[in-house]
Amino acid sequence: MKILNFENISLIYNSLKGETHALKDVNFSVNKGEFVAIVGPSGCGKTTILSLISALIKPTSGTISIAEKTVTTPNGDTGYMLQSDKLFEWLTIEKNVMLGLDIQKKKSIENIEYAHSLLDKYGLKDFKKHYPNQLSGGMRQRAALIRTLAFKPKLLLLDEPFSALDFQTRLAVCDDVYSIIKSENASALLVTHDIAEAVAIADRVIVLSHRPATIKSIYSIEINKETPLLKREDTKFSGYFEKILKELN
Amino acid sequence: MKKFIQRKKIAPLVSSSQKKYLQQLKRNKIQIIIWQISIFASFILLWEIAVRLRWIDGFLFSSPTRVFNMARRLLDDRIFFHMGVTLLECILGFLISTVLGILIAIGLWWSQKARKILEPYLIVLNALPKVALGPMIIVWVGIGMQAIILMTILICVIVAIISILNGFLNIDEGKVLLLKSMGATKFQILFRLILPGSLPNILSALKVNIGLAWVGTIMGEYLASRAGLGYLILYGGQVFRMDLVVTSIVILCVLAALMYLGVAILEKKLIKNYK
Repeated sequence: MKILNFENISLIYNSLKGETHALKDVNFSVNKGEFVAIVGPSGCGKTTILSLISALIKPTSGTISIAEKTVTTPNGDTGYMLQSDKLFEWLTIEKNVMLGLDIQKKKSIENIEYAHSLLDKYGLKDFKKHYPNQLSGGMRQRAALIRTLAFKPKLLLLDEPFSALDFQTRLAVCDDVYSIIKSENASALLVTHDIAEAVAIADRVIVLSHRPATIKSIYSIEINKETPLLKREDTKFSGYFEKILKELN
Repeated sequence: MKKFIQRKKIAPLVSSSQKKYLQQLKRNKIQIIIWQISIFASFILLWEIAVRLRWIDGFLFSSPTRVFNMARRLLDDRIFFHMGVTLLECILGFLISTVLGILIAIGLWWSQKARKILEPYLIVLNALPKVALGPMIIVWVGIGMQAIILMTILICVIVAIISILNGFLNIDEGKVLLLKSMGATKFQILFRLILPGSLPNILSALKVNIGLAWVGTIMGEYLASRAGLGYLILYGGQVFRMDLVVTSIVILCVLAALMYLGVAILEKKLIKNYK
C-alpha cells in the first residue's frame, strides 16, 4: 500500500531575485513500512520536498497524497524530524514527548500510554523527569524520535537528522533510529546529502538533479543486513555508493 | 544501543588536585567579598575623616554620622510614607509597563505587517528623551502619583517592547517549523513555544526595566510630586539640607538594589533548565 504519493509536482517560487524553478515534474511514492532516502546536490530542493509533504508550502502544480488523502493543511499525518533535536529545554523529556499529542489534542489515556511505552522500550524510562540538557546527544535525538512517533504519524520526515552529531555518535544514532523505526513498522522519508548514510539506511534511494530538481534515478538497495552499520561493511555497499556518487557529479 | 544510554553528568571524582582547585575557588570568592566590603568601608571612613578634619565642608557634603543621625530622626512615619509613595509608584510603573510591553510585543510578533509599519515609530520613540514630555504629562494628568506613574511607564515601555520582541523573533525557526508541521495554530505556537521559550529573555528585559523604572519614578518626582524620595531629594537640595538629600539617596540605593535582587533571584529560579 502506498503511504505517500508524490505526483507530477512542480514548484516555482518568487523572491526579490526573481522566479526560481525549484522542482519540475517530480514523481515518487513511499510504501507502507518502507524507508526511502532522497539525495541530491546541495540547494536542489530536498528540504522543499519535505515542506511540501507536511503541507507547510503548496506546490505550483501536482498533487500530494498521504494514505490516499490529498494533503492540504498540516494535520499531524506527517512527523517532522530536523537537523537538531529541537527539544524544548523548559520541558521534561516526558512533556517534550507529549508535545505532538498536546498540540493535536489527542491526549487520550491510550496515546499517553503508548508514548510511555516508547520511552520505556527505548531506554529513556529513567529519564522521563529529566530536562533535555541533562541528556547526551544520542539520547536527545532518540527522545526527538519518540516525540515524533508518539502521535502516530503516517509518515516520518527526516531532514538530515544526524548532521548535528559527531561522526561516531552519528553512526550509532543512525542504527538506533533505524531499528526503532523498523520495529515500530513506521514509514519514513529521509533527506540527506550523505550518500553513504542514504545507502546504509534506506530501502530505496532517490537521486535528484540540480535545480530545477527532477528525479535522475531510483535505486533499490538490496543488502540483506540488519543494521545500517552492518550494511556499510557489506561488499555491495561500495557499489551502490560509487554509482550514486557518479550520478551526482 | 545501550552504550549511548548514559548520563551526561558524572559524579565528580574528588582527587586531591580537585580539592585544591575547589579550595582555590573558594578562596578567590572570599577575597572578592573582602575587597568589596573594604572598598565600601574605606569610602565611608574617608568621607567621615574628611569632614571631621574639615577637608570638605560637612554642610555641603554631609557625612556618614550626619546621615546616620538624620536616618534615625527620619525613622518615623514620615520617611516610611515617602518610601511607600516612591515604592508604589515605581512598582506600579514597572508592572504596568512590563505587562504593556509583553502585550504589545505579542501583537507585533503576531502581525509582521504591523511590525513593519510601526518600526520607525518605535525607533523615534526609543530615541526621544521621555523626560521632555514632563510638562505635557503635568498638564494632562496633573501633579501627583498618576503623573509619576505615567512618566515611569513612558520611559520603560518602549525599551521593554523592543527587547521582548527581539526575544520573540530570535526563537529557533526550527522549533516553529516543528510545531507547524504538527498542525499547531498560531495561538498554540505563542503559548507553547514563543512565551515559554522567551522567558530568559523576558527576565533579563525585566532587569533592565527595573533600573529604568527607578529613573522614571525619580524623574517624575522631580517634576511633579508632593511626596516621595525624589521629592525629599529635591526639597533637601532647595533648602540646603544635604543630610536629607544623602539619606534619601542611600535609602533609594537600598530599595533599588533589593528590587533588582528580587528579579535576579526570580530569574535564577525560573530559568535553571534553560541552557
